[in-house]
Amino acid sequence: MEQQLVALTGNEAVAYAFKQARPHVASAFPITPQTEMMHKFAEFVANGEVDTEMILVESEHSAMSAAVGASAAGSRVITATSSAGFALMWEIVYIAASLRLPICMALVNRALSGNINIHNDHSDSMGGRDAGWIHLHSENAQEAYDNGVMSFRISEHPDVQLPTMVCYDGFIISHTADSLYMLDDADAATFVGERTPKYALLDVENPITVGPLDLTDYYFEHKVSQMEAEQRALPIIDQVSAEYGELTGRRYEHFESYKMDDAECCIVILGSSAGTTKAMIDEYREKGIKVGLMKIRTFRPFPNELIADALSGMKAIAVLDKSASFGGFGGPVFTEVRSALYQTGCRAPVHNWIYGLGGRDYDLHQAAHVIESIDKIARGEEMETINLLGVRL
Amino acid sequence: MSLKKASELAEAGIITEPGNAAEYKTGDWRTYIPRFVEENCTHCLYCWIYCPDTAIEVDNSGDKPRMTGINFDHCKGCGICATECPTVKKGPDKAALHMDLEEK
Repeated sequence: MEQQLVALTGNEAVAYAFKQARPHVASAFPITPQTEMMHKFAEFVANGEVDTEMILVESEHSAMSAAVGASAAGSRVITATSSAGFALMWEIVYIAASLRLPICMALVNRALSGNINIHNDHSDSMGGRDAGWIHLHSENAQEAYDNGVMSFRISEHPDVQLPTMVCYDGFIISHTADSLYMLDDADAATFVGERTPKYALLDVENPITVGPLDLTDYYFEHKVSQMEAEQRALPIIDQVSAEYGELTGRRYEHFESYKMDDAECCIVILGSSAGTTKAMIDEYREKGIKVGLMKIRTFRPFPNELIADALSGMKAIAVLDKSASFGGFGGPVFTEVRSALYQTGCRAPVHNWIYGLGGRDYDLHQAAHVIESIDKIARGEEMETINLLGVRL
Repeated sequence: MSLKKASELAEAGIITEPGNAAEYKTGDWRTYIPRFVEENCTHCLYCWIYCPDTAIEVDNSGDKPRMTGINFDHCKGCGICATECPTVKKGPDKAALHMDLEEK
């Protein structure tokens, strides 16, 4: 399949992906570091390259509200946000999922306030991990573009019908130019196809009421169908990814396994920090340390069985969280991984390093520290379970 | 009506039958019940206009619409009809609507 090698920022790459999906409606409000993504998309609309109704709303709460209305009407809808913008739309984010609307959103990961911070961490998307969306994490512009294109097929699949957030690190990926392969418009359009909703408010032949009241006798049953949809999404994400792999030569799984075949200890991580970690893993491999990396792509639905299977042979596991869950025992990814492992007989030590909050640079020294730590733990040394990485105490 | 299981519900909690609120009988919510005295009624239809539900029955077949009674499946006994009825100020003998404590 003919693909074009281009140099684009992450935001531009996702703007192209969303353009190629030809959404009917885009409703958004700017926030750093998402803004340039919608700027680029709006430029496409203004130039007539895509026929999308742009709704320039007054806040992110309105952005998601308009998206919900348009999607319930039967449109293909996109939006984008970060950090406080995501927090502001929080109420409607849950509604989007419970109304089973296949909205696709670029979530450019940025730290939640306070203090006000415009840089990358995962606190925003992690804060909404219970909302019922699909979360796909991207390491670089290529993955952000690919996840962006695939998101429509995943969300709109008749057995899924859930909104997807394509997550990528603010500034690190969103604003840095990277090289990537892009499908041409026609091939992308063929892959993504058209949205054919089962229910739509604009289908006046089959009138429906959307978003009614539930009392204590029905709310729970409605939530069950949402839970089941998330579970059904897991194999469907894989099927869509397999088809995309045939088309592009890039086959994504729920997580990437880097040097895991003979690994004795490993790091579990999400997003751009995987790149830095891989570089350090290569160095430690030279020294004979059998360390590997699991980079999670699908965080929701959490592929607990697959992850537990892949990790159960380890002697020590480091889970790196780029967000904290205040008052919890460890960060969000740590909690999920540990819980998944508890189902198996594996009782290998699982340790957490919370890092990179507020865009604190995650560098090779920090990666090295984690590798040395799990190497020691694998050899029997005891260490604190929950750790902070790269902070001045 | 028996409660449906999760697997029997339309997805996303949507309602696919228009106007199905009519099937949900709220008459058992009443404490007070309206009593209609037809011979006192002037058929002004204020009760029908003010009823917050659809509990006033009207016969449209003649030259002019006539109030014929109460739909007790949906009347919740709010008493707004009896408050708005213009005949009530003429005294209890001439009132077309009265609110009584319902015998259960």
